[in-house]
Amino acid sequence: MDYFWDLFFSGLTRGSIYALIALGYTMVYGIIELINFAHGEIYMLGAFTGLIVAGICSVLGLSLISTLVLAIVIAMIYASAYGVTVERIAYRPLRNAPRLSPLISAIGMSIFLQNYVLLAQTSKFVPFPNLIPDFAFMQPFEDFIGPSELVIIVVTAVAMTVLTLFIKYTKIGKAMRATAQNRKMALLCGVNVDHVISMTFIIGSALAALGGVLIGSYMGQINFFIGFIAGIKAFTAAVLGGIGSIPGAVLGGLILGWTESFATGYVSSDYQDVFAFCLLVLILIFRPAGILGRTNTKKV
Amino acid sequence: MLEIRSICSFYGKIQALYDVSLKIEPGEIITLIGANGAGKTTTLMSICGIVPPRTGEIFFEGEPIHNLTPEKIVAKGIVQVPEGRLIFPRMTVLENLDMGAYLRNDKEEIKKDLEYVFDLFPILAERQDQLGGTLSGGEQQMLAISRALMARPKLLLLDEPSLGLAPLVIKQIFEIIQKINQAGTTIFLVEQNAHQALKIAHRGYVMENGRIVLADKAEALLTNEQVKKAYLGL
Repeated sequence: MDYFWDLFFSGLTRGSIYALIALGYTMVYGIIELINFAHGEIYMLGAFTGLIVAGICSVLGLSLISTLVLAIVIAMIYASAYGVTVERIAYRPLRNAPRLSPLISAIGMSIFLQNYVLLAQTSKFVPFPNLIPDFAFMQPFEDFIGPSELVIIVVTAVAMTVLTLFIKYTKIGKAMRATAQNRKMALLCGVNVDHVISMTFIIGSALAALGGVLIGSYMGQINFFIGFIAGIKAFTAAVLGGIGSIPGAVLGGLILGWTESFATGYVSSDYQDVFAFCLLVLILIFRPAGILGRTNTKKV
Repeated sequence: MLEIRSICSFYGKIQALYDVSLKIEPGEIITLIGANGAGKTTTLMSICGIVPPRTGEIFFEGEPIHNLTPEKIVAKGIVQVPEGRLIFPRMTVLENLDMGAYLRNDKEEIKKDLEYVFDLFPILAERQDQLGGTLSGGEQQMLAISRALMARPKLLLLDEPSLGLAPLVIKQIFEIIQKINQAGTTIFLVEQNAHQALKIAHRGYVMENGRIVLADKAEALLTNEQVKKAYLGL
C-alpha cells in the first residue's frame, strides 16, 4: 500500500505543477481565445530567474527559507514582466487579425525565448539547488511523501484558493470574467479590456514561474528546453479539463499527473506519455469540450 | 445634450453610416427607427466608441467625445443597453448589476440604485443569485436595463429593447422606459417596433441605408404617409 501512496503523492505533485501552468493557458484562452504557445517558456524563464536568485542568496548567506521565498517572489515578478511584454509586442498588434496570425506569433515568441535563454545561459542542464528544507515532522511519512512534494502540493493549493477568491470577489476579477463572457459588453460597462488582458497575462505568468521554481528545486536540474515539454503537458491538461475553465485546468492537471505517475509505477516509465495522451484522445472523443468544458448555448 | 455632426462610420472597407447628424436635448425621449441594416445599431456603437466614426464629430454636453475610448464615454454618463441584451451568462444577476456600476466607487449610492432597480423590476430581486444565462428573455431585458441604470446614466441608449419579447412584456418594458425618462434620464431609443417607439417618444428620426431621411415630432411621424407605409404597416 505504501507504493500506491508513493505514486499517489508523486502524481499529485506533478499534477499540481501541470495545473499551475495550465491555468495560464486556460485564462488567456478564456479571454482572448489564443493558445499562448510561449507560456511554457515563461515557466522556464521563471525557473532560471529562481536559480539566479538562489545563487545570489547563497553568496549572501541567506537561510534556506528566505532563499526559497525570495526566489519565488522575484521569479514571479520577473516572469510577469515577460508575460505582459510578450502580449504587448506579439499579440496586441494582432488582436483584430485572423485567428491564425497570433497563433504563429506565439510559436515565434516561444522559439525566440528558448534561443534567448540558450544563448544567454547555456544549452546544458544546469543543477538547481534544493531550496526546500527537511521538516522533522515529515519523518514518519517519508516513505511515500517527501518535503518537496508536500511544499509543492500545499503551495499550489494555496495559490489556487487565492486565485479562485480573487476571480470571484475582486472588482478586477469580476471584470476578467465579464470580459471572458462578452468582451463587447464589458467595454460597454466601462471595463478597460487592455488592462484586463494584461492582468490575465500577469497572473498566468506568475503562476507558471511559481511552478518553474518549485519544479527546479524538486527535479534538481533545469535547461532552456523544459518549457516545451511542460508547456505541451500543461496544455494537454487544460484541454482535458475543458479549455477556458479554471477548475477544469486544475482537474485536468491532477488527472494527467496521476495517470502518468500510476502508468509509470505499475506499467513502465516508457509508457508514461502514451497513457497521458491516450486519456486525452478518449476524453476528446467522448467529451469534446473537455471534462468541465461548456458547449455554448445561447438564448435568443 | 448630445449632438452628432455628419459622422461616417465603417466596418473595415464597408461604409455603414453616411453623414448622420442628429441632436438630443436633455429630458427627451428620441427614437431612431428604420429597417434591418439601416445603420441604427452602428449609430449607437459610434456614440459609444465601439465603432468610432471615421469622419464627423460627436459632442456630449458641449465636449467632443468622438475620440474617446469606450470606458471614458461610459464615465461621461452615456450608457447603452445593447441589442440582444448581452447578459453575462455565467455571472449572477447581482454580479451583472455590479458590472453596471463598474466605474463607480460610491458604495452607499450604488446600494440605493440597487434598491431602485429592484423596485422597478421586483423579479430581479427574487432572482438575484441566479445565473444571468438562466433568465427568460424578458427577465434578461429587465436585467440589461437595470445594469445600465446602475451606471447612473445621463443619456440611456436602448437598442431594440422589444426584440423577441411577448407583447405583454413589451408593454411593461415601454412603461418602464417612460418611467426612467420621467425620473430625469434622457433616452435615445432605437427600434424596429416603430409604432410603440413613436408613441412614447417626443421626436423621431428615420434611417434608411445609413442615412437619416426624416426627422420630426413623434406625432407627426406617426401620421406621415411615408412612415405609415414603410414602418407602421398601415
